[in-house]
Amino acid sequence: MATLFGSGIKRREDPRLITGKATYTDDVKLPGLLYAAVLRSTYAHAKLRKVDVAKAKKAPGVVAVYTGADVKDKLDTVPCAWNVPNCDLKVPPHPPLAVEKVRYVGDGLAMVVAESRAAARDALDLIDVDYDALDAVVDPEKATQKGAPELHKEVPGNVAFTWKVAGGDVAKAFAEAPVTVEQRIVQNRLLPTAMEPRAACASYNPGTGQLTCWVTSQNPHIHRFLLSVMTKLPEHRIRVIAPEVGGGFGSKIPGYPDEALVSFASMELGRPVKWTEDRSENYKVTIHGRDHVEYVALCGTKDGKITGLRTKVYAGLGGYASTAAPGIPTILHGLMYSGPYTIPNIEGTIYGVYTTTTPVDAYRGAGRPEATFLLERMIDLYARKVGLDPVEVRRMNLIPKEKFPYTVATGLTYDSGNYQGALDKALQMFDYKKFRAEQAKGRKEGRYLGVGVTTYCEICGLGPSQVAGAVGFGGGLYDSAIVRVYPTGVVRAYIGAKPHGQGEETTFAQIVGDEFGIPVENVEVVAGDTEATPQGWGTYGSRTTAACGSAVKVAAQRVKDKAKKIAAHLLEANEADLEWKDGKFAVKGSPDRGKTFGELALMANVAWNMPPGVEPGLEATAFFDPSNFVYPFGTHICTVEVDVETGEVKILRYIAVDDCGPQINPMIVDGQVHGGVIQGLGEALQEMAVYDEDGQLLTGTMMDYAVPKASQMPKVETAHTVTPSPVNPLGVKGVGETGTIASVPTLVNAVCDALAPLGISHIDKPLTPARVWAAIQHARGGAK
Amino acid sequence: MIPTSFEYLRAKNLKDALKAIGKNTKVIAGGHSLLPLLRFRLAQPDTLVDIGQLQELKGIKQAGGGMKIGAATTYRELLESRELGTLYPLIAEVTEHIGDLQVRNAGTIGGGLAHADPAADMPPVMLVLDATFLLQSKGGKRSVAARKFFKGPFTTAMKPNELLTEIQLPAPPKGAGMAYASFEQAASGYALAGAAALIAIAKGMITRAELAFTGLADTPFLAPAAAKLVGTSGDELISQVAAAAVAGVEANDDIHAGPEYRTHLATVAARRALTQALERAR
Ligand SMILES: Cc1cc2nc3c(=O)[nH]c(=O)nc-3n(C[C@H](O)[C@H](O)[C@H](O)COP(=O)(O)OP(=O)(O)OC[C@H]3O[C@@H](n4cnc5c(N)ncnc54)[C@H](O)[C@@H]3O)c2cc1C
Repeated sequence: MATLFGSGIKRREDPRLITGKATYTDDVKLPGLLYAAVLRSTYAHAKLRKVDVAKAKKAPGVVAVYTGADVKDKLDTVPCAWNVPNCDLKVPPHPPLAVEKVRYVGDGLAMVVAESRAAARDALDLIDVDYDALDAVVDPEKATQKGAPELHKEVPGNVAFTWKVAGGDVAKAFAEAPVTVEQRIVQNRLLPTAMEPRAACASYNPGTGQLTCWVTSQNPHIHRFLLSVMTKLPEHRIRVIAPEVGGGFGSKIPGYPDEALVSFASMELGRPVKWTEDRSENYKVTIHGRDHVEYVALCGTKDGKITGLRTKVYAGLGGYASTAAPGIPTILHGLMYSGPYTIPNIEGTIYGVYTTTTPVDAYRGAGRPEATFLLERMIDLYARKVGLDPVEVRRMNLIPKEKFPYTVATGLTYDSGNYQGALDKALQMFDYKKFRAEQAKGRKEGRYLGVGVTTYCEICGLGPSQVAGAVGFGGGLYDSAIVRVYPTGVVRAYIGAKPHGQGEETTFAQIVGDEFGIPVENVEVVAGDTEATPQGWGTYGSRTTAACGSAVKVAAQRVKDKAKKIAAHLLEANEADLEWKDGKFAVKGSPDRGKTFGELALMANVAWNMPPGVEPGLEATAFFDPSNFVYPFGTHICTVEVDVETGEVKILRYIAVDDCGPQINPMIVDGQVHGGVIQGLGEALQEMAVYDEDGQLLTGTMMDYAVPKASQMPKVETAHTVTPSPVNPLGVKGVGETGTIASVPTLVNAVCDALAPLGISHIDKPLTPARVWAAIQHARGGAK
Repeated sequence: MIPTSFEYLRAKNLKDALKAIGKNTKVIAGGHSLLPLLRFRLAQPDTLVDIGQLQELKGIKQAGGGMKIGAATTYRELLESRELGTLYPLIAEVTEHIGDLQVRNAGTIGGGLAHADPAADMPPVMLVLDATFLLQSKGGKRSVAARKFFKGPFTTAMKPNELLTEIQLPAPPKGAGMAYASFEQAASGYALAGAAALIAIAKGMITRAELAFTGLADTPFLAPAAAKLVGTSGDELISQVAAAAVAGVEANDDIHAGPEYRTHLATVAARRALTQALERAR
């Protein structure tokens, strides 16, 4: 039988998604359902004088209106769950509805619950709010400066934490290095823009005291825990269901006030309550990503050997510390400063800063794109300064493949890698020399061609739980699966993670089908219901296959071990004499004497003739805790032509060579790479959340926030190398974020390369035509 | 995004529609520009009068060497009309660039023009073609030249009780070439700056030259500077005319493009449109 592992079968989730037959949280309809709408602050920073809801309470269809004062003794504050140690982290209270102050445009003020969505919305207009406006501050660097308005009395100077990473002797490295390059880099703030906005529907049963909450969640078990903290209901009385989830990109990891508020309302009113954000609300309230101001220096020898990297980073956190926020610019960013290179001396100082903006948290790549970007950008600057080819500089500094597992200066130990292999493969697909010749020729003709080459690695597959504990992550990072075999030989896998677009319903079925030698159609994967699935930690950090897929594999192996015992018993043979072949356990040498998986499933479930001491049934649970993170890697190449008259960037070719270990489903892997690359190109070329000085979001709709459209994006050519990871039984590494991580510097480096003849070395992304044009004008000594 | 509540009235015929419109009403055709306004509660009409289905407002007809287009004709219907495509290829070309398939399926030419977005693509085309808009109210009809129609951002010469019923296009001048060049705002697809040009030649000399801009200023406008091309062979003058056409214009400033860049783009668009129009005329 051909193995399912490695076969690019179609995603089974797609037909229902494409034909509109999927059930999302907003599709949940319950008898007596009420609808909630939240009044949001129109000020970025203000003292609240009054929130008068008297008129709204009397409006037609309105059942209840709650303000911050109403909920403050009944609902706990919104927790931050990543308490990064050794950085003096300050997490001031985040009330679910503002009580004394608002700290960003979108901060919740009051919630209306009504018989219809329209009635709830109409009543918002009847609430009277008196603000005492305070100054806003939206730039994380400016927020730390003297005289900046302070958001929280508990946090003087707005600095939530000062975190350091250090390895080697950076001072000495810079003192001794003949070459140093420095650059200020701004990591543009991004809006995650999941296709499905967030929603929550809570139904409290006053009879049983049980709360069921449907939430747009990447991690229902984490939401169950957070809801328990906030509502003070014990965890075992809360059921969280994340039905179909239409993308998250990190934005559906955190706990938000909204799901706690509808839960609270349902508990108060004894009726189910649903809230669904609209896109404008999504842009204002759902977390944002990135938002760094970075000062970076890199030093090295004249012949291209990098000897040191130093950063000072102001990472915007927004008005409050979101669930995972402190860990993103620290653990997931600073620890990755060595990238795929042997940089002996590294030092980073990261300031987490409160600003009067929407909270910032994990967004596809979460910290690693920023790390890869600054490193790759600096290497190009360095190569240019020493007059060497940027590809050669990279090659010279890559960690050699014989050196794995390799411990970098920041302390991480990379599992496995063959960075040169991926680079070689990319250069087989792309004739670099030829392009350089065309570029030289083009320059003589006034054409501006450029190439960017990124060699990257990233940390994912989060991760060992012990490390999670050590770095202050408020949970475990193992994952789990129950593999349950039915009497008729069909199988369900109940998993702790919660795929929401990545395709594990298909790939995990492939793992199970392969293990049991049964058709993939006979396996179903169930996720997203805390009542059905074992404790898990969710889908993010490209962890689902490495952590949860491994749990599926282990559970399936346990099932198979038991099936083998039963087979031996039925065949009156020794277990040791059995072999698994062609979908059955058979006595070695006499393949006719065998039992298929289907037969064993039936016999185990009816239990007419079990081996002594073996329990009936055929299922197993596994909790898989990886021994290390996984470190996928690769090489991306992009070529561009810049129209210097208009500043427009045209992508000529985009090549992505990624290594995520063995691929369960190559088509899905390619899909992840395509999506990731395009998302990264969006960041590099056109996406940016813009606030004005008063803290008003100017990119509040899709008319102004430029999510990439298919027509704006290039074809992505993909290829792969395969270097298994030793840290999980599948050998897999994550591939959900590699595209986003690698593509941003690849594009920006290509554009800066194209514009090198004009003396342009850096332009802050996104490289909109307006920005590129302005840089060209500036370089030519014209207007700004 | 929920609008305030309103009555919905589907007009049975034009007369019915004209009777219904007035204070605190809004007409809806394809709804592509109106619905966002309603949902953001920027428009809060008591009554919505739907004219999208009115056959009297649909259709493309030849008339005296030119054409007449019913205001409720959808972009898609424009694209499907071979006559229109032959006589005014520019309209088809520009229509292709408006929004996406869904927008073109439901959006109407009249709705787009009545909405008067200062960065919309069709208005400058109407300006260079010297179209005339037929406006009707309960009390009667009047014609307004496109060149007098756009008064400011989202503001036109129409009164609240008037409907735009027909777009009348004069016969294109003999030997005319037309072109449109624009730079799209990445998110909205509207023009950061765009220019439409019409050039007619006879015996190698330019006999008529029209140039209009969109996206650049608070309303689409016709640039008189184009007249300088008349009586010349064009070529060398085009760059100068493009620059002169935007001189002194107070350019829009937003997060996507500052005035200086916008003006620059408008100049480039003008040069490209004029050059291409001239090539097509030849
Ligand atoms: C996603 C998207 C992308 C778009 N991209 C572009 C683009 O690239 N370039 C571009 O130019 N435009 C673009 N548009 C705008 C589009 O062209 C207009 O929304 C559309 O033409 C409006 O026509 P409608 O029939 O939908 O008008 P409606 O939305 O129904 O009406 C618009 C306004 O005009 C009024 N109105 C409608 N018909 C009449 C009439 N006959 N008489 C008087 N008043 C009337 C309405 O009361 C309303 O105020 C885009 C729109 C969307 C939604």
